[in-house]
Amino acid sequence: MSIRHHLDEATLLSYAAGSMSQAMALVTACHLVMCSQCRTRAQQSEAIGGALLDSLIPASVNDDALASVLAAIDAQDETVQIRSVKPPSQRPSVKSDVPAPLADYIGESFDDVEWKRIVPGVYYFDLPCQSGGVSRLLRIAPGKAMLPHSHDGNELTLVLRGSFTDEIGRFAAGDIADLDDQIEHQPLVDSAEDCICLVATDAPLKFTTLLGRLVQPMTGF
Amino acid sequence: MESKPPGDDVEKVVTINRDQSASREWTRLLAQFAETRDKAEYVQLFRHFAPKVKGYIVRLGLTDATAEELMQETMLAVWNKAHLYNPSKAAASTWIFTLARNQSIDWMRRQKYPEYELEDWHVGEDEGDAGEQSVLSDRMAGAIKTLPENQAQVIHMSFFEGRSHQEIADRIGIPLGSVKSRLRLAADKLKTIWRAEV
Ligand SMILES: [Zn+2]
Repeated sequence: MSIRHHLDEATLLSYAAGSMSQAMALVTACHLVMCSQCRTRAQQSEAIGGALLDSLIPASVNDDALASVLAAIDAQDETVQIRSVKPPSQRPSVKSDVPAPLADYIGESFDDVEWKRIVPGVYYFDLPCQSGGVSRLLRIAPGKAMLPHSHDGNELTLVLRGSFTDEIGRFAAGDIADLDDQIEHQPLVDSAEDCICLVATDAPLKFTTLLGRLVQPMTGF
Repeated sequence: MESKPPGDDVEKVVTINRDQSASREWTRLLAQFAETRDKAEYVQLFRHFAPKVKGYIVRLGLTDATAEELMQETMLAVWNKAHLYNPSKAAASTWIFTLARNQSIDWMRRQKYPEYELEDWHVGEDEGDAGEQSVLSDRMAGAIKTLPENQAQVIHMSFFEGRSHQEIADRIGIPLGSVKSRLRLAADKLKTIWRAEV
């Protein structure tokens, strides 16, 4: 997969710190499983966390903390341990364009998603993410466009299938648009198949009110 | 070091004094423990990392009792997931940091933090050696100390207070874009250590 649009350094840092909304973290993790380049950068960002952990003044732990954990270890059934923490190579690898972190929410196929129609050719499905922010799957038919919009906060748009073009460039499967409130854009689907995107914001209200009029079918393309 | 059967009095295990040792010693020990599953090695890891993990969780704003519980969960995860640890990808402190982060977020949100290390873990891509990651980790600690105050501030608010870009912007009264550019500057500066000769 040749990916041309990557995660912003500030986004990777928040992902590593665990300081972004669940919705944003989900989109970030999905790009990371698709992009080895950003994966390496994410590991470097997490190393900042490791160094900070190292530098912390230790807190005092309960006197029996070690004994409690060792007792918990002894109490674990060995077979349960092995079953619950499989090495990645033993996970089922289904040929699917649903990235693994997203499959935890919708399963292995976009066909099984209960799409809701906004207007003809434009569908969405909201993912149940906690901690504020909105995470939404969008499925948009060829030739349709979203209305130009800007946002209060950060917005991540990851292409999972098909492609779109906006003022910034062309975005195909694996590409991520990592935008902040400085940017106004109007994505237009230019692939022959439906374009499926995973979108997240960290400013929930604006996004929700926007979404009613976010997507407008356009004709003549 | 010989392996002890479960239930032995591990408190009597003589530990090497590692207080002054660098990150690479812990990385080596964790990688070794992943192979041997030696309880005495685990005890050393616990003694070193458990108080730091708890310190991290307390700083996220959780109560002492919750931090204690999550610290114990994290250290249990160290035992249960050690076979997934890859020293060429992360220093021990980095790997344990991500476990502590995930435990804390899972607890706060009642939802699993989306992870990316699901596949390819053992497939070589920019595969460094274990020594390299821990040398980098030591170097990182030094580099963090050299950050300008306003960059160190946004780094600490992200990692230790778990604040989003917008929350940081609101808290210190600067635009969202300024928070992001400070984070970018800090990350760029810290990551130059990967471009330097190890
Ligand atoms: Zn990327």
